[in-house]
Amino acid sequence: MAKLIIERLLLGLMTVAIVSVLIFTSVEALPGDACTAFLEREAHGQLLENCRKERGLDRPAARRYLDWVAGAVRGDFGRTANGEQAISEVVGTRARNSMLLAGVATLIGIPLAIFLGIVTALARDRPADVWISAFAILAMTIPEFVSATVLMLVFSAWLGWLPGVVLVSADAPVAALLPQIVLPVVTVTLVLTAHILRMVRSSVIEVMASDYVQMARLKGVPYWQIVFRHVLPNALLPAINIVALTIAWLLGGLVVIEIVFNYPGLGRLMIEAITKRELAIVQTVALILALVYVGVNLAADVLTLLANPRLRTMHGRGR
Amino acid sequence: MTVAASPASTPLTRIWGVVRDILARPSGALGLTLVALHLLMAILSPLLVPYDYKAISSLLMLKAPSAAHWFGTDHIGRDVLTRTLLGGREALLVTAIATPIAVIWGGFLGILFGLVGGRVDDLAMRLVDAFLSLPKILFVLTAAAVFGAEPIVLIPMLGFFYGVPVIRVARAATHDVVARDFVTAARARGHPRLTIIRRELLPNVRDVLMVEGAMRWSWMLLTFSSLSFLGFGVSPPTPDWGLMIKDASATMSFAWWAVLAPIVALSTLIIGINLTADALAKALGIDRAQKAPV
Repeated sequence: MAKLIIERLLLGLMTVAIVSVLIFTSVEALPGDACTAFLEREAHGQLLENCRKERGLDRPAARRYLDWVAGAVRGDFGRTANGEQAISEVVGTRARNSMLLAGVATLIGIPLAIFLGIVTALARDRPADVWISAFAILAMTIPEFVSATVLMLVFSAWLGWLPGVVLVSADAPVAALLPQIVLPVVTVTLVLTAHILRMVRSSVIEVMASDYVQMARLKGVPYWQIVFRHVLPNALLPAINIVALTIAWLLGGLVVIEIVFNYPGLGRLMIEAITKRELAIVQTVALILALVYVGVNLAADVLTLLANPRLRTMHGRGR
Repeated sequence: MTVAASPASTPLTRIWGVVRDILARPSGALGLTLVALHLLMAILSPLLVPYDYKAISSLLMLKAPSAAHWFGTDHIGRDVLTRTLLGGREALLVTAIATPIAVIWGGFLGILFGLVGGRVDDLAMRLVDAFLSLPKILFVLTAAAVFGAEPIVLIPMLGFFYGVPVIRVARAATHDVVARDFVTAARARGHPRLTIIRRELLPNVRDVLMVEGAMRWSWMLLTFSSLSFLGFGVSPPTPDWGLMIKDASATMSFAWWAVLAPIVALSTLIIGINLTADALAKALGIDRAQKAPV
């Protein structure tokens, strides 16, 4: 078992290493660099050359890649194009804000999704299931910016209950951010819940149809005991990986949702950086997103390994 | 998954059978109707629109729906009905070309890796993993910002990035059949790899790829309209739903019609494709239950 976990860990590290090369070469392949972004129209001749020398951009790409990785390991991503701020500082506050949004949504979404998933599975094809499932499919399929806009239209523009656009600065304390983020959280939670709910539902239905559940029924085990003791532990195990995949979706979805609500998170930073051609920031944010993705998937795999009794016995045999 | 073709069935009768199967389910019938209506609208709309889509008028700014303007007018006095009717054309054109590109190259490589296996396969999968660990919208956004958002840029971009996850799917589907006797027999007969892929593997993986293609199409449309919404896609004054929603959302507290029409249009198209894809998967006997939006 420990061997399996270490294997997964190494695989994750390898993926991260490949991603870092991928990100670096993609950004290299784009026209322009930190100096052309900084100097804008004056980016030619001596001025450009001096700037490049100053920032070490005249060194070979392989050397700069190694420097970038070495810096990233220490948490140093260089400075913004105008040299005023450390990139790690800018990215840090934005990452905190995104994590707040994603964290609150996940904390609400996962328990809600598991509960609704079980309800819909047990009430399969009855009105409760049909309505909840139809709503979930709707939430899953329509684009995030559409659901966000509709929510804003209804709760902010028409009813006036909630603030629509977030109007606080990026480094505001969490207490100031929280009351502003109700609608963004609802938008994220909607999609998140819908995806996980569908998976939990099909998983529970599958287990309910299995032989051992049929057997328990025939033996006369009380219904709720079957559900809680025999069905749920087996049904929720595969859901762990789905949660990980859904969180991976979240990383892309957040970009759009943050823009709609003007929320100062990583996604908006990304768009701002792309618009201003601050490729160093784009590079950093991309690396962080990849790290989160790999980390979440790794955690899900390890959890599944730990929770699966079959794999536990495999470890016994393995020794 | 493998559908045993009876000797009498031609490709055409099989396609007809699948379509009938989709139409037999209420959700499939609804989905296919929505998609058909949207395609029809995209083709015929230039003939149907009542006004010029770029005609600006200071007298007609944000007018509520009326007999002259069924869906009202937008913030610079353009007819919302006209722009909504035309607003899906570029998105449909780009994604309709990019989807087959994605499915073909991703599908081919996936089948190849599934068949070859070994080191090459291991290495390729690491690379695919690395690609999948980054949100696709990030690549597409950056590319659109740097190279522009003309179809000539977006089609290869979307075709490439949406083909990467197809490799995974095609490879997994190939693994299901590659150990079967008929493949072993073909290998033993000494057929070249391409022949094995064409004759033995492709017919068995094709159904999975079709469903995958339908799903990719809807995700690609989503990305395309997100791109426009974020201001990196279709450039004004070309009408596009994503862009229209973005423009109209600023004034939606009092002019809801300008935002509602493109929202309904875009949502019905994406829901239609999803319902069709689901019904298609069921008609072909493929389990799509364990899928997440990768």
